[in-house]
This record gives sequence, C-alpha cells and structure tokens, in this order.
Amino acid sequence: MATIEISCVEVWREISNYLEDEISPEMRERMEAHFKACAHCTAVLDGTRNVVGLVGDGRVFQMPDGFSKRLHKRLQNLP
Amino acid sequence: MGMTQSQLPANEAELIKSVCGGEREAFYELIRPYERMVYATAISVVKNPADAEEVAQEATLKAFSNLANFRAEAKFSTWLIQITYNEAKMKLRKAHSHLYESIDDPQQNEEGEFRPRDYADWRPIPSELLEENEIRQAVQDAINSLSSTYREVLVLRDLQHLSIKETSTILGIPEPSVKTRLHRARLMLRDSLAPGIDGCWVKGQPYRKVRAW
Repeated sequence: MATIEISCVEVWREISNYLEDEISPEMRERMEAHFKACAHCTAVLDGTRNVVGLVGDGRVFQMPDGFSKRLHKRLQNLP
Repeated sequence: MGMTQSQLPANEAELIKSVCGGEREAFYELIRPYERMVYATAISVVKNPADAEEVAQEATLKAFSNLANFRAEAKFSTWLIQITYNEAKMKLRKAHSHLYESIDDPQQNEEGEFRPRDYADWRPIPSELLEENEIRQAVQDAINSLSSTYREVLVLRDLQHLSIKETSTILGIPEPSVKTRLHRARLMLRDSLAPGIDGCWVKGQPYRKVRAW
C-alpha cells in the first residue's frame, strides 16, 4: 500500500509526538517518507531533537557556588 | 512501607525513616541528588539566580519540616518538585502582586498553527559545548525568553524528565495541554537557537545572539 503524503504543516504539528514516539506506525511511516523528500522539515526535526538534548543535558542550569553549604547551614539552624 | 506499591528506592525509604527518627544528617544525603533539580525548577519560574536560590532553599527546608507527611505512593522527587514549584509561584506572586500573571504571556494562543521561522540546518551539537559558559548562557536565555506557560512545561518535562502525567499534576493542567505546550515550547526554542541568522554553534566561539520571543 502506498504511503499517503502529508503536508509540512501536518509534519510540524506532530514533530514533538514523533520524538516521543507517541504516534501511530502509519503516521510514522508518512512522516519518514516526508522527511526523506523535504530538507526543511528534516532541519526542523533535527533542531527540535537538538533542543530536547540540550535542555535535558542537565548542565544548563548550574548551581551557584556554595549552594549546598548555605543550605546545610540553614538546616542546622532549624529548631 | 505497607502493602501499597511503593515508588521509593529502598535507600530513599531508609533515609526518610532515619530523618523522621531524628537523624538530621540523613536529610543531606536524601536531598543531595535532587539539589540541582530543585534549583532548576525554581529558576524556571523566578528566572533570576538570587531568587532561585532563596526559593530552592526555602522549599528544601519545607520538605524537611514536612517529611513526616510524605506518602510513599508518590516519588520523592515529584513531591519535592511540587513543593518547589508552589514556593516559586508564591515568590513570584509576592514580587508582582500588582501585576497580572498573564502580562508576560503574549504567546498565550495555543490554537494557531506553529510555523518555524526558518529552516536552518542544525547538525548535532557536540555535548562538550555545554562546558562553555556562553553556550549554557545562550540556552538559558532562550529558555527564559519563553513565557511561563511554555517554560514551565519544558523544564518539568525535558529538563527534569518528569512524565506527561506528573507534569500535568504539578502544574494543575490537563495532559493534552501539557503535550500542546511542550510541543510549542520545543519548536519556539528551536527557532531561538537554530543557527540560522546570527547563531554559531562552533567550539571556541560564543553563541552570538539568541532570538528572543
């Protein structure tokens, strides 16, 4: 059976679900066919994946120096 | 722990027991793996480091004082994030009591279709780049440029790796809204950070400009 084509707008709508693997196998197939043919949507997909990776890395928000020390001090001072 | 299904790893359950039994030192060990998470949650709401530290510390002290009320059906981390999130919101309300919260939300409209601003080709970023202050700052600036509606969902889900369900519980919004906002947040962040116009993801060169929302 031939894959039914989808538009760029439909692809953008589903990119996040695609990355989370929260789409049907049919939709996945249609999107992958689209990515093969459309450099723009592939760029959006790659970029979105990069963003998820950057945010999820955990190094983005660094704790201020001495944070734990100050916290422990306050805990010690609790009644 | 009783017969209900516990969400706690054995060592956490032990530590909690010790703290409740009066061993204050055990609390440091319990909290250590989550300090960064608490801080990140706080800064995602209040935005500046000084307020974030205050919120993070207040929240941790509250967690300590209320530990006896913690129920093991929840994950300790989720409980802690919930306390931090509430504390941060309270701080924000105090600071802006004369403003309405929606004031920084020009992107409220979640209905319309999202259109990417450009299609810059963005090949994978070497993860060592995040060792550089400027790169981290660029990502922080981009996250901070999102309105709170989107920022909070993104931080809980993509930074703290909470599930859609946990995120929905903490924020008090339906799961479909979490998904919609998360999706929008990621695409907006991509637009901010993609190397299309001014950006430059090259080692040794600062990321020049984050396109703000």
